[in-house]
Amino acid sequence: MSVHDRKEDEVRRMLDTPHPVVRPELAVRAAERGRRLLRRRQVLRRLGWVLLVVAVVAFCVWAALVQPWVAPPSDTAPPLEGW
Amino acid sequence: MGERQAARERRRAREFEAFVGGAGGRLLHAAALLTGEEAPHREAAERLLTAALARTYAAWDQLRGEDPYDRTRQELTARFAHAAWHRRPARTGVLGGLSRQERLILVLRLYEGVADEQIAAQLGLPVERVRALCTRAVAAMRSNAPAAGRRAEMAAP
Repeated sequence: MSVHDRKEDEVRRMLDTPHPVVRPELAVRAAERGRRLLRRRQVLRRLGWVLLVVAVVAFCVWAALVQPWVAPPSDTAPPLEGW
Repeated sequence: MGERQAARERRRAREFEAFVGGAGGRLLHAAALLTGEEAPHREAAERLLTAALARTYAAWDQLRGEDPYDRTRQELTARFAHAAWHRRPARTGVLGGLSRQERLILVLRLYEGVADEQIAAQLGLPVERVRALCTRAVAAMRSNAPAAGRRAEMAAP
């Protein structure tokens, strides 16, 4: 074992003291917060889907009414030639 | 559909509780080493751990074989590192006197046994920098607390 490893081992022993007891409320609070996080994500995801559907419907309605692919009728008559 | 979701939620809650029961002590110890808190006062460490565990809970169904312990440690590290810039180093605890970054690297490297490369990737530092910081922190620990080291050796023959 090198000197470096021995030094690290010494510090490792200093860190490895007995573990504290975790209060049961901590797990309960963490789970509650985790559930809130999940719910918030779910709401955001649903909101995103709703927005997407609304946008698609709005586009379809607009396209059906305006029909932008139809060329507008020409107002000007072609020039008269050969008179 | 609702029934299945409720069953999944119950199972998740049960598994999560078992996980915290088994790994909570070790994680809280690591968190207390980071925040530099002494025995009865662990408010900051508990806050840090609660936040990290909440994220683990939220990701529980998407872990796909990943160890929830590793996941929680990553959350803990990310949270602690994120706040590392604008806090002063703690003067108490076993790692008192070290900078937050040094404490983080020492805990990950020596207490958790995470590889240098992984630590470097997680903290966004070059590997050489992580090794240098670790060596410096080990030297500081040995010169700072020779008395504490001897006490620990006497307590555990």
